[in-house]
Amino acid sequence: MAVANEPASSPLATAPAPGRRWGEVIIESIIKIAGVSVIFIVGFIFLFLLWEGLPAILDIPLRQLFGPQWYPIEEHFGLLPLLFGSLLVTVVAVLIALPLGITTAIYLGEIAPPWLRDILKPIIEILAGIPSIVLGFLGWIALAPLIQTMGAPTGLTAFTGALILAYMALPTIISIAEDALYAVPREYRDGALAIGATQWQTIWRVVVPAARSGMLIAVMLGIGRAIGETMAVLMVTGNAANIPAFSENWLFSPVRTMTATIAAEMGEVAQGSTHYHVLYAIGLLLFLITLAINSLAARLIGVSGGRRSRPGGSL
Amino acid sequence: MTRQQTHRIAITVMTIVSAIVVIPIIMVIGYVIWMGISAVNWEFLTQAPRNGMTEGGIMPAIVGTVILTLGTAIVSMPLSIATAIYLAEYAGDNRVTRWVRLAMVNLAGIPSIVYGLFGLGAFVLFAGFGTSIIAGSLTLGIMTMPVVISTSEEAILAVPQQFRTVSLSLGASKWQTIWHQILPQALPGILTGMILGLGRAAGETAPILFTVAAFYLPQLPQSIFDQTMALPYHLYVIATQVPGMPVSIQYGTALVLLGFVLSLTLIASLVRTFMRRQREW
Amino acid sequence: MDIIAVKNLYFTYADGGEALRNINLAIPRNQIFVLFGPSRAGKSTLMRLFNRLSDLSENATHQGNVLIDGNDVFEPGTDVYDLRRRISMVFAVPTPLPGSIYDNLTYGLRMSGMRDRAEMNRRVERSLQQAALWDEVKDRLKTSAFALSGGQKQRLCLARSLALEPDVILLDNPTSGLDPLSTATVEESLYELKRRYTIVMVPHSVQQAARVADQAAFMLDGEVIEVDSADKLFIHPKSKRTEDYITGRFG
Repeated sequence: MAVANEPASSPLATAPAPGRRWGEVIIESIIKIAGVSVIFIVGFIFLFLLWEGLPAILDIPLRQLFGPQWYPIEEHFGLLPLLFGSLLVTVVAVLIALPLGITTAIYLGEIAPPWLRDILKPIIEILAGIPSIVLGFLGWIALAPLIQTMGAPTGLTAFTGALILAYMALPTIISIAEDALYAVPREYRDGALAIGATQWQTIWRVVVPAARSGMLIAVMLGIGRAIGETMAVLMVTGNAANIPAFSENWLFSPVRTMTATIAAEMGEVAQGSTHYHVLYAIGLLLFLITLAINSLAARLIGVSGGRRSRPGGSL
Repeated sequence: MTRQQTHRIAITVMTIVSAIVVIPIIMVIGYVIWMGISAVNWEFLTQAPRNGMTEGGIMPAIVGTVILTLGTAIVSMPLSIATAIYLAEYAGDNRVTRWVRLAMVNLAGIPSIVYGLFGLGAFVLFAGFGTSIIAGSLTLGIMTMPVVISTSEEAILAVPQQFRTVSLSLGASKWQTIWHQILPQALPGILTGMILGLGRAAGETAPILFTVAAFYLPQLPQSIFDQTMALPYHLYVIATQVPGMPVSIQYGTALVLLGFVLSLTLIASLVRTFMRRQREW
Repeated sequence: MDIIAVKNLYFTYADGGEALRNINLAIPRNQIFVLFGPSRAGKSTLMRLFNRLSDLSENATHQGNVLIDGNDVFEPGTDVYDLRRRISMVFAVPTPLPGSIYDNLTYGLRMSGMRDRAEMNRRVERSLQQAALWDEVKDRLKTSAFALSGGQKQRLCLARSLALEPDVILLDNPTSGLDPLSTATVEESLYELKRRYTIVMVPHSVQQAARVADQAAFMLDGEVIEVDSADKLFIHPKSKRTEDYITGRFG
């Protein structure tokens, strides 16, 4: 301890005080290892899916794998109906959710008075918090009969699933679209309003175009959210693994998605069977699709840009 | 049509569309309460199912979900917070950090059923835990990590820089500064993120389908290597797999699940509000 | 020997902006040494190099030496935590840490591993007295430090540094947010403090510099233009630029 009123002549302590610092070295090492653990987790998930899914890809002739017949009991593993189901449900869901979501985001960000926004936003957050099984249950028990009364032979259709998925994707789409609108500089709006544009013209001609890339991200993440959804579509899309004939009304036919197939069949297959490996291969496919979508969206958003800045530097 | 008329019509349309988005949400919640509230009573919450699940309560499923939620927290919390500290305080602006962020985004985007597959392959079969609470908790815990990491990182970054500078200027080491200044101040945000993540995990069905959930198991699990019933899976079972199931029990189960998940969300926002008010700066 | 010696020091921030150029200074013990000049002259940057708070600026580079009692602070084995306790800094914006007054005063001590309650209590009282705050807060040491007034907070921050019993106190514009009365109180305590400590200060104004300084250095654009005893520098500056600044022609 330096005695202040005498000339301090002790040299600066070198080497960190022993003992006390050792704990820190250990803790900091643990943190650094934990920090990169997510990379390994994602890698591990990928390798596991690959390990369990690869036998299916190797065993089953590609012609059959991409064929139109999914009859696991007869060892027919054609993924086409499942791909079709996922694609149809997802596309329709996004087509429904997109106009609703972006309009709502514009309404919340540009038009709604603050008090109304303070009511609406928590409600939309609640939607994000509703478990998919609850929405699936309601779709199954309440929405499907409703749709059947509209003239479809069954209420459990691609459209029923898409409608529920659309609402499940809404919170994601709205929040990202809102961020995109929010990022449009104030001056753009002021400039447009100053030259006599109405608020609507300003929004439509200036704000929305400026927020275009953000909207694109909203679409992508909406797709990512919809394509991976499982329980709700399992319950309400009717689970028919076939491709409707051209003459049929696709939208109101039962379909089966990739996710629902895994959920419905994995419980009954024998470990190590071809069927088991095919289901992992479907999982691998889903993993790769969402990986591609999310990586692209991340690049567009710029979240993968390393260290986040903090005003004034860091430690 | 004048510009003013166009403007007015556009605003009206947008208001209606927003109503189309918001009103069904309120209706969904209101409907579940309306249809389910009559089934929810003391017996329903505290008894095991009887008579092929068509009578009695859902206590084992409630307890199972609470256990799984706690298990998820135990798995997810330490690793997520450590990762958040790493990202906010230690990570350099380099390739490794970009990879970590990219991995997080992708982890968040992996479909829940794929987590289920992973959990089945990695924890149930490969690690040999069997269909068990520990396998389910590990699966849900990993799934929850991205939410907890990103909210915790934000909370840590939100601690004003001057506290760091002051702490270091008084001779505290970097870790001391993190432990004594930054983490206590970031705690409300970290807790909020944690509870939000748990709320999501508690409502998930797909990840627990093959890793932990039991179709019907009237007694409570005895160890972390046992299976357990859980609310989301139970709802799925009684809605689609059990013929002749009274509708009120189905809606009652949906209501209890919804109540559990939404109250976690509510607790999260209360924690945030309350602890922000306690904060001095 | 001078307590702080700076030799041919250059400092460059990460963005390439050169903050300090060829600084040479010798700061003697038990004096008030003032670094003054217009904003962005590099005064705070220079002070932060004395106890290596400059480490917080990522990817910044430096050249040259900062010697404390003849030892280079950039020497690889230097215990930077010990250095910061010996060369303690008080910032322009008074920043109490969350917690009580007592917690604030003992923070640095606790972080250094001190467990001795009696010694901590002794230092709390002594440092508060040195910072002329003891009478105002002695009955509420356990209450929140955020409840203090602006002037009290700044004296608390000063006391917090003093509790470490440092060799040098760095004051970065310590009276910037304070009213004239609080400013006077702080300045008053400085005359007392220099008997025990060496004080390096960035003043609020030329007037304050002239009031408190024993020695002063005029800085401009990252360079030291002129160093001299206060008597000479504020009355007969050698450099034209110093004179212009002192007489208010720029700055």
